[in-house]
Amino acid sequence: MTDVAAPRDPVLDVRGLEVSFGTGRVRRAVVQGLDLRIAAGQCVAIVGESGSGKSVTARSLLGLAGADAAVRADRLDVGGTGMLRAGEREWRRLRGVGVGLVLQDALVSLDPLRTIGREIGDALRLHRRMPAAAARARVLELLELVGMPDPAGAIDRRSGELSGGMRQRALIASAIALDPPLLIADEPTTALDVGVQARVLALLAEARDRGTGILLISHDLAVVSALADRIIVLDDGLVVEEGPTTEVITSPRHPTTRALVAAVPTEVPRGHPLTLVDRSNALVSRPVTASAPREIVLEGRALTKTFTTRGTPTLAVDDVSFSLERGRTLGLVGESGSGKTTVARLMLAIAAPDSGEVLLGGSAWSSLPERERRPLRPRIGAIYQDALGSFDPRWTVERILRDALGPAATGTEVVDLLEQVRLAPDAAARHPLTLSGGQRQRVSIARALAEAPEILVCDEPVSALDTTVQARVLDLLDELQRERGLSLLFISHDLGVVRHMSDTVAVMRHGRIVEHGDAESVFTDPQHEYTRSLIADAPRLRSLG
Amino acid sequence: MSELEVRSTVTVEAAARPLPRVGTVLAGLFVVFLAVAVIWPGLIAPYGPDAIAPRDAFQPPSAAHWFGTDESGRDIYSRVIWGTATSLLIGVTATAIGLSLGLLLGAIGGLGGRALDFAVGRVNEVLFAFPGLLLALLVIVLYGPGPVTATIAVGLSTAPGYARIIQGELRGIRSSGFVEAARVLGHSPSRIIRRHILPNALAPIAVLATLGVGQAIVWASALSYLGLGAQPPAPEWGAMLSAGRTYITTAWWMTVFPGLMIVLTTIATTVLGRAITSRRGGVR
Repeated sequence: MTDVAAPRDPVLDVRGLEVSFGTGRVRRAVVQGLDLRIAAGQCVAIVGESGSGKSVTARSLLGLAGADAAVRADRLDVGGTGMLRAGEREWRRLRGVGVGLVLQDALVSLDPLRTIGREIGDALRLHRRMPAAAARARVLELLELVGMPDPAGAIDRRSGELSGGMRQRALIASAIALDPPLLIADEPTTALDVGVQARVLALLAEARDRGTGILLISHDLAVVSALADRIIVLDDGLVVEEGPTTEVITSPRHPTTRALVAAVPTEVPRGHPLTLVDRSNALVSRPVTASAPREIVLEGRALTKTFTTRGTPTLAVDDVSFSLERGRTLGLVGESGSGKTTVARLMLAIAAPDSGEVLLGGSAWSSLPERERRPLRPRIGAIYQDALGSFDPRWTVERILRDALGPAATGTEVVDLLEQVRLAPDAAARHPLTLSGGQRQRVSIARALAEAPEILVCDEPVSALDTTVQARVLDLLDELQRERGLSLLFISHDLGVVRHMSDTVAVMRHGRIVEHGDAESVFTDPQHEYTRSLIADAPRLRSLG
Repeated sequence: MSELEVRSTVTVEAAARPLPRVGTVLAGLFVVFLAVAVIWPGLIAPYGPDAIAPRDAFQPPSAAHWFGTDESGRDIYSRVIWGTATSLLIGVTATAIGLSLGLLLGAIGGLGGRALDFAVGRVNEVLFAFPGLLLALLVIVLYGPGPVTATIAVGLSTAPGYARIIQGELRGIRSSGFVEAARVLGHSPSRIIRRHILPNALAPIAVLATLGVGQAIVWASALSYLGLGAQPPAPEWGAMLSAGRTYITTAWWMTVFPGLMIVLTTIATTVLGRAITSRRGGVR
C-alpha cells in the first residue's frame, strides 16, 4: 500500500473483512480477508466476475448482507464510524448520512408509486428533519446537480415515467442528498446506453472531485478505468490483485486480471479472440476477401414500422434498408429505443413491416403468408438477450434441443450440439435455470444451430453478461461463423462489441440508419455527428485509449 | 448480482429436498381423515346418519356422543362424518364446473384474436359486477332449490374468476420469449399451443383449483344454510348449521361442530393449495 494521495482521514477503513453464508458445516465463505481503505476524494474499484463477492462486500459495508450472512472484520469504519458491533439501529442511522448507495437497477431501487421528489426528499426529512418546502427546494437543487433535464417537471414524476438514464440520475441524487462522505456504486451503469453511461460516470467523477470517497463495483474494467484511482481484483472472494489503476491495466500480474483486461472488446481487432485460453489460435485472422462481390442472403428494403400506444403513433423503424452478405457480419448499433429490436423482429418475420420488404436469399420473405414461410424458417435462426426467457421453463436443456432438432433427434445429436457450443454433455439433463448466464446463452446458440441456419440474428446476445463471459460467447460466435460460414446480423448497444464483431456497420437512431458502411471506416472516420458522439462516449481502457 | 446468484443456488438446493411444515402435515392428515369419511363413513362414524333416538335428544358432547345429539337424538359426530361426502362432492363438482367453464371462456379469449380477447374480457367484467353469491341465488331462483342446482349455481358463480386468470395466463405465455423462439424455429401454431402454451398455463390453474374447493364448500354450505341447497334430513354441513340455529342458545354443539368442519376443511385445502403453490414457485 503506497497511498500518497491519502493524507486525510479515510472515509472507509476495513481490515480483514470476511463474509460467509449458511450455517454449521455448509458454511461458505464468499469474501475472505479483504482490506479496503478509501480516502476522501478517492475512488477505489472492486472488479471481478459475477460470483466473485463484489456485491456482497458492498452490502456488508451497509449492514445489508442479509440475515443468513455472517460478517466478520478486524476493523470496519464506515464514514468515520466504527460499525463492527453496530446493531440495526446504528446501521439505519448511518445509511444515507454516512454512506450513500447507487444500485444497478434504478427501476427496482425507486418506489414506483411515489414521485422522485418524495423519494429523494424523504432522506432529507428523515435525517435532517427538514420542512417539506425546504426539502423540495433542496431536491430541485440536487436534480439540477445531477444534470436531470427539466428538474421542475421531473420532481413530480414517478420512476416508471422516467427513462433509464433519468432514473439512474434520480438515484444518484438520492444517494448524495445528505452529502455522505462515502458513496458505494454497485454496477451503476451496467444497464445503460453508452451516452448515458458516460454522463453517469462523469457525475460520479464530479462527486469524487467534490471530496466524496467512492467505492465503485463493476465487472467491466473499461468502465472502472475511467474513474478509479485504485483497483482491487476479486476472484472467488479473494483479493488476487491490487494497485493503482494504470498499473493494474497496463501490467496485470494475475491471470484473472489478465482475462478481464483481454475481455474488453473495444481495442481488439476483428477475428482475434478475446479470451486467453488458446494463445496458439490468437493469430488466426479472417481471410480478407472484401473486394469480391458477395451473395446477399438477407436484405431489408425501405422498411417502416409504426407502433400505436394509447392513440399516439411512434415510428419505430423509418425507411431502413441494408443487406447482409454471406459469411459476413452486419453490426447494428444504437441506443435503447432506437428501433434495433424491431428491425430484428422484421428480419425474423415475427412482425410485419408497414411498408417495404424483407428478402431472404433474394426471394420474398416478409410478404409470404406465414404458412408458406414456416418451412423456410429453419434458414434463419435467432438468439436473444434474455436467453432464459426464450426457453420453456418446464424443459431441460435436452428437451429444448430435441424440440428444435425435430422428432427424429437422437441423443448423440444433442451431445454434438452441446459440444459445438463448448458445453459438457452433462448439461443436457439440467434446467436452464440452474445454468449460468453464459451457459444459457450457449444453449440458446445450440438451439439456433439445431436447424443448421444460414443466418443468425443476434439481438443483444451478450448485454446481460459479464465482460469475461461476454468475451467467451463472442469468441464462440466468431468461431462458429468461420466453421459454418454463418451470416450474422449482430445487434448491440455496445459499440466496442459491435466493432469487434462486424464487417459492416449500421448506426441507428430514432428508427433511422444515420450511418452505414465498412466497420473500420465507420469507426476510424465517422461521418455522422451521432456516430462520433457514440464513439467518444464508449468506455475504453484508460491507458490504451 | 453476485450475491443474488449465491442466494439462488441456495434456494434451488433447498427446493430439492424441502421439509414440509407442521401446518402442511396437519392439513394433509385432515384431508386423509376426510377421504376416509367420504369413502367409508361407517368405519369412523359410530351411528348411522339418520338413527333417531328421541330419548337422547339434545345431549351435550360426551363419551357416547362426541359432538352431542340433535333434536331427534341423532349423533352429530356421525352425521358430520356421513355428511362429508355430500359437502365435498358439492365443493369438488362446483369447482370442476367453474373451472371447465372458466377454461372454455378463458381459452376463447386467451387464444383467439384481439376481438375475442376484448369480447370475453367485457363479458367477464359484467359477470364480475355481480357478487358471486347473488349470481348463485339467481340460478336457484330460476331452477329451484336443491343440492344439484346449488352445485351448478356455485360452479357458475366461480367461473368468471377462473376465466379471467386463465385468459391472462394464456395471453402472457403467448407473448413470452419462448413462444416467439418456437415461432422463429418454424413450429406450427397448433404445436406451440399443445407443447408450450397449454402446459404452462394449466399448471398454476391446477393449484388454483385446490384453493377453490374450500371456497366452493363454504358457498355451498351458505346456500344450504339458507335452505336453498341440500334439504334438512340430509346430513349436509350447511343444512345441519341451518337446522341447529333454532336451538343455538340451548344446544350450541348443533351449530359449532358442523361449522368447525367447514372451517377446518376450508383451511386444510387452502393450506395444501398454498404448499403446492410455493413448492411450484421454488421449482419454476
